[in-house]
Amino acid sequence: MPEEYRLILKNADADGYTPDIKCYLKHGGYEALAKVLKMRGRTVDDKKFTAQEYLREEVKRSGLRGRGGAGFSCGLKWSFVDRRSGKPIYLICNADESEPGTFKDRQIIHKDPHQLIEGMIISCWANDVNLAYIYIRGEFPEGARILENALAEARKKNFLGKNICDSGYDLEIHVHRGAGAYICGEETGLIESLEGKRAYPRIKPPYFPAVLGLYMCPTIVNNVETLCGVKHIVEMGADKFATLGTPNNTGTRIVSLSGHVKRPGYYEIEVGKATLGELIYHENFGGGLREGRTLKAIVPGGSSAKVFKAGEKFKLKKRLPDGKMEENEVDLLDLPYDFDSLMSAGSMSGSGAIIVMDDSTDIVAALANLSEFYAHESCGQCTPCREGSLWMSKALHRLSHGEGRKADADYLTGIAKNIQGRTICAFGEACSWPVLSFVGKFKDEFEARGEADEKARDSGAA
Amino acid sequence: MAAKKAAKKKTIEKAETAGVADAPPIEMVKLKVDGVEVEVPKMSRDWEGNLRPTTMLEACQIAGREVPHYCYHKNLPVAGNCRMCLVEFGMPMMGPDRKPVLNEDGSVKVAPMRLPYDPSLPRGAIACATPIAPGMEIYPGSDATRQMREGVLESLLINHPLDCPICDQAGECKLQEYSIEHGQAESRFVEPKVHKPKAQEIGPRILLDAERCVLCTRCVRFTRDIAGDDALGIVNRGSYNTIATFPGQPFDNNYTLNTVDLCPVGALTSKDFRFQMRVWFLKETKSICTSCGTGCNILVGSREEKIRRFEPRENDAVNATWMCDSGRLNYKWIHREDRLTRVTGKRFTERNQLGAWPLALKEISEILRDAEKGSVAIIGSARLTNEELYLLKKLADRTGALTDSVANLGEGDDFLVSDDKNPNSNGCRLTKFCNTELGIHTTKIAEGIRANKIKTLLVFGEDVTKAGISTDLLDQLTHLIVSDVLPNDTTQRADYLLPGCAVVEKRGSMINVKGRLQKFMKAVEAPGDARAEWEILREIVREVEGRVGFETIEGLFNQMAGEVVPFDGLEWASIGDTGVEVEI
Repeated sequence: MPEEYRLILKNADADGYTPDIKCYLKHGGYEALAKVLKMRGRTVDDKKFTAQEYLREEVKRSGLRGRGGAGFSCGLKWSFVDRRSGKPIYLICNADESEPGTFKDRQIIHKDPHQLIEGMIISCWANDVNLAYIYIRGEFPEGARILENALAEARKKNFLGKNICDSGYDLEIHVHRGAGAYICGEETGLIESLEGKRAYPRIKPPYFPAVLGLYMCPTIVNNVETLCGVKHIVEMGADKFATLGTPNNTGTRIVSLSGHVKRPGYYEIEVGKATLGELIYHENFGGGLREGRTLKAIVPGGSSAKVFKAGEKFKLKKRLPDGKMEENEVDLLDLPYDFDSLMSAGSMSGSGAIIVMDDSTDIVAALANLSEFYAHESCGQCTPCREGSLWMSKALHRLSHGEGRKADADYLTGIAKNIQGRTICAFGEACSWPVLSFVGKFKDEFEARGEADEKARDSGAA
Repeated sequence: MAAKKAAKKKTIEKAETAGVADAPPIEMVKLKVDGVEVEVPKMSRDWEGNLRPTTMLEACQIAGREVPHYCYHKNLPVAGNCRMCLVEFGMPMMGPDRKPVLNEDGSVKVAPMRLPYDPSLPRGAIACATPIAPGMEIYPGSDATRQMREGVLESLLINHPLDCPICDQAGECKLQEYSIEHGQAESRFVEPKVHKPKAQEIGPRILLDAERCVLCTRCVRFTRDIAGDDALGIVNRGSYNTIATFPGQPFDNNYTLNTVDLCPVGALTSKDFRFQMRVWFLKETKSICTSCGTGCNILVGSREEKIRRFEPRENDAVNATWMCDSGRLNYKWIHREDRLTRVTGKRFTERNQLGAWPLALKEISEILRDAEKGSVAIIGSARLTNEELYLLKKLADRTGALTDSVANLGEGDDFLVSDDKNPNSNGCRLTKFCNTELGIHTTKIAEGIRANKIKTLLVFGEDVTKAGISTDLLDQLTHLIVSDVLPNDTTQRADYLLPGCAVVEKRGSMINVKGRLQKFMKAVEAPGDARAEWEILREIVREVEGRVGFETIEGLFNQMAGEVVPFDGLEWASIGDTGVEVEI
């Protein structure tokens, strides 16, 4: 029976659990940190590792993948850091949770801030970081206040500051509030914003954060949930962590479930241990659609993920234990909710936000709404996204307000195709993928809408 | 700020020394551009003169393939925002064994790059910022590249006002040029356009039409990173983005007009040049700015014998691609109503002009030829050309005259403006017309006049009443021979007043404060009977010396090069458009 597996949110919703350090310590808080600070270098298979190197290897071995959206291996990301530059290394916690449909990081920040802080201290220690930042979105003033309090508590207990717990290790963490722009969640936009500039994402090459990040120093940017994962890797060991979830999709994930389900909310699952269908219909999760409704569409990974249409089937390749590839046809609702399956199905699990739409949904209006968001949030730095995002939004507004044309479906696809893959950052994909997928999969509805408008205009003119 | 300015200064200095012989050789890399193999240096210099991997754009330039671009500028930090330089490219294929995959003929297989999430589509890279790699293939002429450019141009044009008929940039607009070369004839855009502020005065010399702007941020980067005045930025978001100044703080430094040159479209226009002239009517003449000792290279835009604008001309050893606003706008005096246009003076009036030039030159020559040794003094401006100073020096040698110039020191900055307001102080020194220090003989000359030892004073291009020789002393002279372009207290007292030329009205050479010998061409005809000073002096020297010499500026320069040591071995033709270094 599919059920929640609460690892990161283990305590968050427990009765009487509070975000203060006392409560956290009572529940075994900062023990992972204590363990880490006692770690010594070791030799494995004739290879010498410093304690820090060993922990980085552990994170790599755990298979932990980034929970922010791209699902990139955390250990690999850390391994790219330029450690020979002689410059300080910075770590930034990306708490700019802004992807529409996503509301997982705020659970951690609001209810269990010390878990994040502990995860950060451990990650900083592993990467020789002495100064770290939490970049929190401007719309989370309460979260920022809670984090500030928690940091002050941690400082008081000497989990932060000089010579942490007599280990000789120094670390300071600061909270930085954004000013309300989605683009600040893009890691190089975030870095610019943190530097006090307009959050224009940087070109890569040459500005890969691992080499030329904050103040042109090597920088690690990790999501809130990812950093919490590091704490659990230390606590349970990489091997045990890797047994959670499914191969290459290890650990747990907090899924934000919203839209036309009976029980919207956040659910922590082992990655891939529940299917999309189970997350929507099972009583442990969404509990199904409202009475009398049928499923129309699912946006599986935050609003920028490509939409799935109800009834879609996918041919998924799976590597068998003997190394051979096996191809299976899988129904949409049977897709395991993990990184790889959703990518193979042509979308992504992104930020772990599932938006469910039933047959009452006006798909044209839904896309118009999404597009308006992206047109509003495009930073405007590079041409295709700056002009294309508003263009699509205007066209969709027209189409959803009785002024459509049958040709608008192809018109929209044409615009979107000139954006994806041609921009400085992934926002180009974020604004074009919804259009490409909605129009692509529901083309009949878009064309019917435009055709009806044309007819209405013709008869009006007559 | 200080560090930034130092870096900026370094930029020009580094560019100067780029490619010096003692630098270690740079490794070469082979790659293909549209199927043609080229060898390019692995490393090139960035906008600050630092070595970094050569970019695809530079490789294409070496291969002779132009890659269109808006935001990229070789003297600015890379922004990569316009996406106009997106190109399709391929990389050598690597097998699972990390070894290159080979074609049947043994050559390395190159795979065109594809979008990771949709391998049916090409993945473009911005040529301006993407480093080259050995074996890479760049396809600036492929269908996929063309399609990417079309897409970007379409995006740039949808909200553009398309007001070329009333736009100053028309004729030198990259949006026009690229639309013709790379754009589509028809627009599919049917939505209402975004509207933004028009003809906004963002500074005393600059107007912004935000609707024409392509948001390439060249202006923002220039004023922040080159001029050191972080005055411009972008406000609003997405398609509503607009270039702006800080509220209540006008864009006003001495380099603002460079942003008009940099602006690839008609968004930033010069208040001075706005609506004055269609650029295709302008005649462009290579010249140098003479407002200070830096000698920025310029293009003079003129039409119908009237100067319409100065623009910087590229010279990495002097001004890169910039010039200051004060120098740029310092052309209006050239067409002043009160320009000296007639040979006049106590001996000549406006009425007896017929044959005035030959008569005046004959009389002046006689005066100088017959002058007692030591009874002549010459004051020549450090705004004169090398050739003119050389001729004055010849006259001085002949007559045993004391010579001097007038030092003209003012305020400089740490970028282009020199504190030496004379454009050719070094020319005075090198031709030995002056000693190391300008102006140290003027007192001696004044004393000589007072003591009645000096009876003839030749003044070329200076108001000596402001340089220590009072009007009383001038009145005491037997002969005051003056050449100038505008009237002043000295010209008023001249026995012979010979109308001279502005730099843009003649040819010649000067040496800037750093010792760069540069020549300039004639842009417009001089007004009235005004003649170039070197022509005036050529006649006088010929008469005084009694020898037939050169006729042309080329001949004059070449003769001078044979006599003035630092010019040894130089010829007029060998100076080139950007000048040569001479020992100062």
